[in-house]
Amino acid sequence: MNLIITLVIAFLSVFQVQDQEQKARQGTYAITNARIETVSDGTIENGTIVIEGDRIIAVGKNVTIPAGAEIIDGTGLHVYPGMIDSGTSLGLTEIGSVAETNDTNEIGDVTPHMDALTAINPNATAIPVTRVSGVTTVISEPSGGLLPGTAALINLFGYTAEQMQAGNVKMLVLQFPVKSTGRGFGGFGGGGRGGANNDPEEQYKKAMEKLNEIWDRAELYHKITSAYEANPQGKQRPVYAPEMDAIRPVISGERTLMLKVDEEAAILAALEWVKARKISNVVFSGVSEGWRVADKIAEAGISCLVGPMLATPTRSSDRYDRAYANIGLMADAGVKVAIRTGESENVRNLPFNAGFAAAYGLGKEAALRAVTLAPAEMFGIDKDFGSLSVGKKANLFISDGDPFETSTNILALFIDGFNVPMDSRHTDLYKEFLNRDEGRLKPVEVRPADH
Amino acid sequence: MKTRLCYFVLGYIVLGLMLTGQTVLAQDVLIRNSTVLTITKGTLANTDVLIRDGIIAEVGSNIRAPRGIEEVDGTGRFLMPGIIDAHAHIAISRFNINEGTSPVTAEVTIEDVVNPYDIGIYRALAGGVTTSHTMHGSANVIGGQNETIKHRYGAKDPDEIRFTGAPRTIKFALGENPTRSHGRRGSQGAGGIVPATRMGVEQVLRSSFENGRRYMEAWDRYRTAAKTDARAVPPEYNDRLEIMAAILRGEILVHCHSYRADEIMMLTRVLKDFGVDKITFQHANEAFKVAPELAEFGASASVFADWWSYKFEVYYSTAYNAAILMRNGVMTSINSDSGELNRHLYHEAAKSQRYGGLTDDEALSMITINPATQLGIQDRVGSIEIGKDGDVVLFNAHPLSVYAIAEQTYVDGKKYFDRTTDPDDMRIEISPSASFNSYETQITGRDHIHDENEAIDFLTFFDVEFDAGSTSTDSKNF
Repeated sequence: MNLIITLVIAFLSVFQVQDQEQKARQGTYAITNARIETVSDGTIENGTIVIEGDRIIAVGKNVTIPAGAEIIDGTGLHVYPGMIDSGTSLGLTEIGSVAETNDTNEIGDVTPHMDALTAINPNATAIPVTRVSGVTTVISEPSGGLLPGTAALINLFGYTAEQMQAGNVKMLVLQFPVKSTGRGFGGFGGGGRGGANNDPEEQYKKAMEKLNEIWDRAELYHKITSAYEANPQGKQRPVYAPEMDAIRPVISGERTLMLKVDEEAAILAALEWVKARKISNVVFSGVSEGWRVADKIAEAGISCLVGPMLATPTRSSDRYDRAYANIGLMADAGVKVAIRTGESENVRNLPFNAGFAAAYGLGKEAALRAVTLAPAEMFGIDKDFGSLSVGKKANLFISDGDPFETSTNILALFIDGFNVPMDSRHTDLYKEFLNRDEGRLKPVEVRPADH
Repeated sequence: MKTRLCYFVLGYIVLGLMLTGQTVLAQDVLIRNSTVLTITKGTLANTDVLIRDGIIAEVGSNIRAPRGIEEVDGTGRFLMPGIIDAHAHIAISRFNINEGTSPVTAEVTIEDVVNPYDIGIYRALAGGVTTSHTMHGSANVIGGQNETIKHRYGAKDPDEIRFTGAPRTIKFALGENPTRSHGRRGSQGAGGIVPATRMGVEQVLRSSFENGRRYMEAWDRYRTAAKTDARAVPPEYNDRLEIMAAILRGEILVHCHSYRADEIMMLTRVLKDFGVDKITFQHANEAFKVAPELAEFGASASVFADWWSYKFEVYYSTAYNAAILMRNGVMTSINSDSGELNRHLYHEAAKSQRYGGLTDDEALSMITINPATQLGIQDRVGSIEIGKDGDVVLFNAHPLSVYAIAEQTYVDGKKYFDRTTDPDDMRIEISPSASFNSYETQITGRDHIHDENEAIDFLTFFDVEFDAGSTSTDSKNF
């Protein structure tokens, strides 16, 4: 233990190259002699990586370090691309049970024009708590209802939405109706609470009718609006419908549809629906029963944001480890997969979800890809994110080992080239309370005044 | 005793045949050549462990195999004591977790609603957990009594999964849950019931203890008098006060749902005033703030590895809680309070290495000997020592590694889980009216339900007995 503390202190002194106020700062940094896991081009032993501004400007064994670069000795240490969580509500929720602090769920079942980026609090307490575990980038998504809004990809450092937004990635969220039981999602097409008026089949039918009606309208709206935009002459301007406007880019293929679906029957229905609606730009999210129909998902060529792994099986009759093994089975069938925790304050468990996925069939290499390059590819931002190569965004971290292992310490963190302090509420409280009474003197005895 | 044992063994044979097709159900096993994590006696490389009649009989090298005994090759594997969860809600029949009708319901007990059919028991075994403290909810300041169970999955009689000989325990609760359940909810409706504040919680406790003390003294006086006076009149019998008196006499251990440092200190003062010296604070997210005081009192804590921020009273939390407590000399365990987390408590304990750098032995003690001590069963379980129960789990790697997988789990020397022969469907009995393969809401890290009023949701495990449409779940309850 003492050794660990000494090491951590030693590392801290190496990495605290920030100002005394410990502000995150961009600059020119060279991490030398480290084991660099590029993800895209294998592992470089005793390599150097140079960061300038928000970019990686050099990676390799023989790299010229620019004059004036701050050198971080990476001997015995590892450098990894920042991890990406493909589904969270980070920044939209501060305290779970306090409604006033939750901005995930707007009134109504059809609110696709709600933009997560608007309500993400850059100063949410959970953001530093998350990033110090090496998670640099997350999808934060609204939830509740059929079309709850638009999810955004954000970097976990910045003071405004503009500074945090990563790669201009936004996705329209669709909670696909639940089919077989009507249970569980507490929202649209779900939340069956029993009773004759709550027949799950009836509910599913109604939900699908509603979805199709909305989509018919959106397609028509897109057609009319596009025609008007192409040539407004002599045409009446279509009535403004913000909901329909928000769905348009999905119909035109410019924006990805994030279709949230878990159960086998609903996945099959979703595959049919996506095909019938000719939606080409779509990812599935959740997909906890993906392993049951993995070949069909693979055949459709739809990428999946899978998780969490740390969950119970979806059926009492399932093997105990199905949630751990699901993503590996899907990958085996040829589905492209990325990992999501579905978390808010504990997105820091992303590496552990990846560890369980690795142990139960996905393998370590594929698990690492599933939290780095794989989602970057799915979101179309792999030229900037997800691996360590020249020209990419400097989103990376330094660790003393495998970041999926709980015993590993994450020692330094770069987001957008900012060397971000490794502090959070959790570390602050640790520092304050580990030896709470250090420096406290014995109280001086107070005698009665008239003694 | 002998006949009782025979009866059990026979029962197991019949059950075993019905369930898993296993024919041999001996409570004898010899696990060869594994790395043995004894917890209390260090780590022993290449060591054999012999379990006979359900008890650890020998730990050493080259143990002579008794004739006909089953031998398991532990080469390259890690053997540790069965994991103990000091805070669970598995194996409780549906809707029976929270007697939320009064701020004090000491007389009710989970003992009456133990459900051996819960698939959660099997899932826990698959994560190496052999004993759970399955608890009453936290709606009431003084809730109900809890039950300590062994995961003898396959039993149909609730009595067969009880941890015979484990001390009785009772659930207390402070803070947001009892104030919301009684005072605040009531104030919005037909009149509030104390407590609505943490001040009220203290007074509910003090009144209950004082009434319990007077009741106990009255009975003591009567019993003394009755020795010489045949006409002595006994006090009126009172179920609730009987339990309070038993707590005062140290016969029932208190496990208190708590979060904030101030309320934790409050309970230590109350207990001190009434001469109760054993207490385990459950959850205790802010215990780290008063760790020196807890150490001085001799209080222990049973905490989450990293849960926080799901409600206001856990907002100022740290995942370093367990490490701070351990370093300050507070006996600490890591619990699950969740049918999901209790399947990987080894991983939850391992988080104390990232959050505070605890040693392997310290981390493992928090899911073995420490929870055993908190439940008063440390002489029976919680370490690999001769004479202790044969509750062990064999991992394919060091259990604190994220890549570790539990391969075999034994309770009383009997193998209840084997990954290599684990079939898909491990339900014991399926209701003819149940849909065979219905989709369920998963319990995940997002389900911060804990043992609050909504904790009935944990019992979705048991939905095989119900039509899917008539079940009540809502994953959005916190």
